[in-house]
Amino acid sequence: MTIGHTLLGLLESGPRHGYDLKRAFDERFGHDRPLHYGQVYATMARLLKNGMVEVEGIEAGEGPDRKRYAITDAGITDVEQWLAQPEKPEPYLQSALYTKVVVALLTGRSAQHILDTQRSEHLRLMRELTRRKAGGDLSDQLICDHALFHLEADMRWLELTAARIDQLAEELTR
Amino acid sequence: MNPMTPTAPSAQGAHPGGNGAPLLSAAGLHKTYGATPALAGADFEIRGGEIVAVMGPSGSGKSTLLHCLAGIVSPDAGTVHYQGLELSALSDARRSALRRSDFGFVFQFGQLVPELTCLENVALPLRLAGTRRKDAEARAAEWLERLEVADIATKRPGEVSGGQGQRAAIARALAPRPRVVFADEPTGALDSLNGERAMQLLTAAARDTGAAVVLVTHEVRVAAYSDREVVVRDGRATTPAAAL
Repeated sequence: MTIGHTLLGLLESGPRHGYDLKRAFDERFGHDRPLHYGQVYATMARLLKNGMVEVEGIEAGEGPDRKRYAITDAGITDVEQWLAQPEKPEPYLQSALYTKVVVALLTGRSAQHILDTQRSEHLRLMRELTRRKAGGDLSDQLICDHALFHLEADMRWLELTAARIDQLAEELTR
Repeated sequence: MNPMTPTAPSAQGAHPGGNGAPLLSAAGLHKTYGATPALAGADFEIRGGEIVAVMGPSGSGKSTLLHCLAGIVSPDAGTVHYQGLELSALSDARRSALRRSDFGFVFQFGQLVPELTCLENVALPLRLAGTRRKDAEARAAEWLERLEVADIATKRPGEVSGGQGQRAAIARALAPRPRVVFADEPTGALDSLNGERAMQLLTAAARDTGAAVVLVTHEVRVAAYSDREVVVRDGRATTPAAAL
């Protein structure tokens, strides 16, 4: 569940209001699809219920929610586990990975490690497909090749991102 | 056993296939060419029968690592051990003899002797190891057959396609039944189909003979033929945690 983990990741740098979280999310990740306020408040309510965040204070004022959220230790552990878990290799997973890379950089974790872990996960699946190809007929080979070429494209993205990680870190801190 | 002595065929099938002590290992390798550091503290190990892909961006030090592991290049600092022997402690002559008896090489280009036929090329390392011509050529013919290029036996390298030549090179590397095959971008000069087939034949033959393979490649589809990968970045080699 990426939105919840991403919001938690954004909270790691310090407590924020719901509207502030939405603005930070949209600025980093929501260029094409900004979050609805409803999504943010529903997600925060769930994170609160699950003990991932706590309400640090409530301000009086206009609007539906003036709660100021802070991440809990359980929330930090949850972010840690989410970042460490490689994404299931499939085409077009770059946006999920991109989000993890940015959250890692924003929270002072190793983005390189995330890319390395993902590379290994991709290679693991590519090995499986390569073995299946070796024992299969032409149909099997062509089906596996289709998947292998998509995974190879993901791998190129991983390499390119690994090579630009310092540049991205610099841009994020501007 | 003296590792310079060619191993008996019966011993070849006994490679431990990933168990036990490393067959070949390196620790803290440093190598600088002029002002350019190629290796900056690289560690590596491979067990008998294992196929390990060495990956990384261009200029990361992949090929230098392979050259140090094979005893072709001496590191400025650090050690390489093969079956408990430290390579840098050996004389040049002993290292050369070890390379001939226990190591096989497949490179991207220009490894076949242009004046010899493909059969003579494959037989060459066997002849250098003292095998009689007739026996060496019979074994070479078997290997060409196995690599599906029996028909190029009497042709010279200049008369065959890139894919056929590379299969002859693989046959030549494997014919003496080496314990370690060093393959540096073995499919770099081949199209997709030829590259795939070359990798299938190389890895199948290595698994059959129990040879370990150090496979340097920047192509992930080639690396997918390995058992695990090592990533070289800025002259350091790391094994990703998920691959352990």
